[in-house]
Amino acid sequence: MTHYGCSLLSCGVIDERTFEMDDYQGAVARWCPGCGDHSILTAVQRLLEEEQLKPEETVFVSGIGCSSRFPHYLNTYGFHGLHGRALPVATGVKLERPELNVFVVMGDGDCCSIGAGHWIHATRYNVDMVALLLDNNMYGLTKGQTSPTTPLHFPSNTQPRGTYLEALNPVQATLGVTNASFVAQTAEWIPAHLYETLKAAYHHKGFSFVRILQRCPVYTASVYDEAVRKPDVIEMMVHDDGIYLPDLDQIYKQKIVHNPKDIDGARRLAEVTERVRLGVFYRNEALPRYEDLRRLPAHTAEERVRLLSEELDRYAV
Amino acid sequence: MATKSKTAGKGTRKRAKDEGREIIRVSEHTAEIVSDSGEGAQKCGQIFGAVCAKMGNGAWTVEIIPAEIQPPPRSKAGGSGNRVRFGTERITNWGDATNLVVAFNEQVLLGRHELDALADDAIILLENMWATHPDPDIQQQWKEALEALSTRNYRIIEVPMEEECLKIVEDPRRGKNMFALGLFAFIYDRDLELIRAQIAHQFRKKSEEVYARNVLLMEAGYAWADANLDFRIEIPTVKSDQPMVVMNGNEAIGMGAVAAGMELCSMYPITPATSASHYLSDVFDKFGGVVHQAEDEIAAVGVAIGASYAGKVAFTITSGPGLSLKQEFLGLAVMVEVPLVVVDVQRGGPSTGLPTKVEQSDLLAAMFGQHGDAPHVVLAPATIEECFHSMVTARRIAETFRTVVMVLTDANLATGVQPFPRPELDPRWQQAPVSLSPIPEGKPAYDWDPRTGLSSRRVPGQKDGMHTATGLAHNEWSKVAYDPESHERGCRMRSRKIAVLQHTLRAPEVYGEESGDLLVVGWGSTKGAIEEAVDRARAQGLSVSSCHLTFLSPLQPGLKEIFRRFERVMTVEINYSDEPHDPFITDENRRRAQLCLLLRAHTLVDVDCWSRVPGQPLRPGFILNAIRERLAMGVGV
Ligand SMILES: Cc1ncc(C[n+]2csc(CCOP(=O)(O)OP(=O)(O)O)c2C)c(N)n1
Repeated sequence: MTHYGCSLLSCGVIDERTFEMDDYQGAVARWCPGCGDHSILTAVQRLLEEEQLKPEETVFVSGIGCSSRFPHYLNTYGFHGLHGRALPVATGVKLERPELNVFVVMGDGDCCSIGAGHWIHATRYNVDMVALLLDNNMYGLTKGQTSPTTPLHFPSNTQPRGTYLEALNPVQATLGVTNASFVAQTAEWIPAHLYETLKAAYHHKGFSFVRILQRCPVYTASVYDEAVRKPDVIEMMVHDDGIYLPDLDQIYKQKIVHNPKDIDGARRLAEVTERVRLGVFYRNEALPRYEDLRRLPAHTAEERVRLLSEELDRYAV
Repeated sequence: MATKSKTAGKGTRKRAKDEGREIIRVSEHTAEIVSDSGEGAQKCGQIFGAVCAKMGNGAWTVEIIPAEIQPPPRSKAGGSGNRVRFGTERITNWGDATNLVVAFNEQVLLGRHELDALADDAIILLENMWATHPDPDIQQQWKEALEALSTRNYRIIEVPMEEECLKIVEDPRRGKNMFALGLFAFIYDRDLELIRAQIAHQFRKKSEEVYARNVLLMEAGYAWADANLDFRIEIPTVKSDQPMVVMNGNEAIGMGAVAAGMELCSMYPITPATSASHYLSDVFDKFGGVVHQAEDEIAAVGVAIGASYAGKVAFTITSGPGLSLKQEFLGLAVMVEVPLVVVDVQRGGPSTGLPTKVEQSDLLAAMFGQHGDAPHVVLAPATIEECFHSMVTARRIAETFRTVVMVLTDANLATGVQPFPRPELDPRWQQAPVSLSPIPEGKPAYDWDPRTGLSSRRVPGQKDGMHTATGLAHNEWSKVAYDPESHERGCRMRSRKIAVLQHTLRAPEVYGEESGDLLVVGWGSTKGAIEEAVDRARAQGLSVSSCHLTFLSPLQPGLKEIFRRFERVMTVEINYSDEPHDPFITDENRRRAQLCLLLRAHTLVDVDCWSRVPGQPLRPGFILNAIRERLAMGVGV
């Protein structure tokens, strides 16, 4: 595929703009007060500012759900498409325009239920983008139905006497996919950790999957209650190649050193325990990226005509 | 191709040996080869068809596909092969019946006989190893089959194919097809150099040895025919004065996509669309194009939409079941006004239906399969040549009108092979890459022209053009807007574009007289058969014309006016409709064919239909019967 590359976007023109947080502000966010999505939006805006990403070269693709309103609240390019189908669209964008910064925002119904097939395959394609799973353990927009990540026995409007099945573990599932290259977990109520995780995800070359534990004050207010109130429930996975925030040591005393290169360790740590583990489970930049494997030199229209003419010769009567 | 074996070449035509031999001179003939599947009859037919076209005959080939998935050998339902109709003039359809058949066993032949595929006076060249087969059951089957065949005026010639091939190869199951090719080559006096070249092309991925063996087998067939047949068939060839190419419809779609400058084909395998992606997978990278095989049809169209949104015009190709899966995304593309080309190679439905066989039953699904109001463009090439050009047209419309363009072909076009004038390629078909220039202040994301609904395309990378494309109802700034005025306006703008496009279209041409007793209306691959039926009807003194629609959405202008000039209007289609005299069927509850339904709604003319779903292309003879029948029912009934 041809690509516009920097030549058409910026080369030759010295861009002296600097961007403030405000420059990334889109419409006023309409999530409920207390919704964890607000702090995720703030962290993302901070990342955009910190990295000075040009708004016009940044694309946020989302599905459908409360969380998928995300692109509307940013002043970048956005694509708010279909429930469960953000990843294919983002893949198409990146295949054609590898120079763009692509972010994907999905809810847990979006990613782990209706879009589960795409989630597995996007992980395997390992296209360079940041995929955020805003996991509130419930369908928010449609008002409180069980999601694949709803905890066992937790009631919802479709399973009022509690769910019947153990919750799906998105981190473990992603780590099980061939060619998974970056898997992390963070929580929106720990802004510093959230920010560092987003930053690590952004800097990873490949498909960066980040599950963000996200509170929903309306439907799942109690789910993360304990983790929020009792820092000891949280176990920080720390490593120089992962995330380590000494400032958090005071609050989050439970720590485990985990090298993100260690896939077996990552899979073990991803298993559900009493603890909620935050940090980078796995990171491997050596894995192939689909857009690189499929990239082809650009062709001019005239070249194509010449080659097609040769091709037609083969079919000439 | 280094191997050159010495045999009868061009110079041997019209040798003295032909003296005493009957030379049958005809302007066209239909020849077919049938075998069990896996015996290579399709390859033989493909090579033969291509050679006929290259020699300057008009030609149309159709694959003969087994009626069962894993048919047992020697079964009536298991016949596989290829049928080539060729003649001095242009051939536009598969015709009615086969005039000459080479059959590898009597059971597949019987299958063809029972399908009424063979002309009453067909010449049959039949492998005769079964007559003396050690298995007495087989001998018995042979006897019974020949008896059944004797009810017609067929001329059956037994050919010891196995015996002859064994002189060259150990396993004639692989090679008999080339022997058969040699039979055809002799009978129809084909150019052996061309045949050798075509064999080389067909086996280009195989070794030199494979090529050489196949040529030997072909030559053996030729020699056998020369020594044993007392007739030859002469079909004058006329070299076209313009350069021609020959290919099947799926190759034409693939090449058309390249000619249109498309760079991404995002697909999920499904018959009969797949061969187009096979073709593209083979050649696309050399043009800078990628075939992305997605995890499913939904992802396939999603990736194409993402790529189009990012500045390319991508396309996706599928068949019926895949079309159903894509519908939600197609509505989204219409809603966010992302250009997109969708090719649907129609097959028999519903459900898995007839996966390998032709039908034209996706028209309404293509037009109305999306929920909500999702106006978009649907067009249908009628010939293989049009398959090529439709991709260029589709891309241009998709981009100019920021909408979805669906190209409906079918299994008949996909696998049919036909020569057509070599396209004169034009780099402008590819169009320049989208502009990445900054967006002036105050320009909305959808700068809809209130009269036309048209707006300028905007892609990521354009400074100050940031906005979020959304499938939710939105205003011109692409802001979510649920108010009545915004939604009605959005719907109006998206619909208006289609009307604007309609204004640029020409009225369809009437084939035959401009007025008369009956007008037959068709769309897609049935054009050649319909026009041939019309020609024959006119030759019989009937007042019949036809008209063929390329655009189904929007419908071309002037239809009502054309229809008014005929006493009766009837569509001919390959999709289901109730027959007027079927039990329970009344004029009120009759389910009509798909184009018929559209035309009635569109013109308020009492359009009738004649449609069939045989899983085969329509035969001109059957259409002729339908014409006669409808005319006999009286004008204006
Ligand atoms: C094809 C389709 N099915 C169902 C819906 C309805 N729907 C919209 S959002 C949603 C679930 C939202 O939950 P989640 O993805 O977890 O996101 P949240 O709202 O919690 O952020 C559903 C079922 C839809 N829009 N499209």
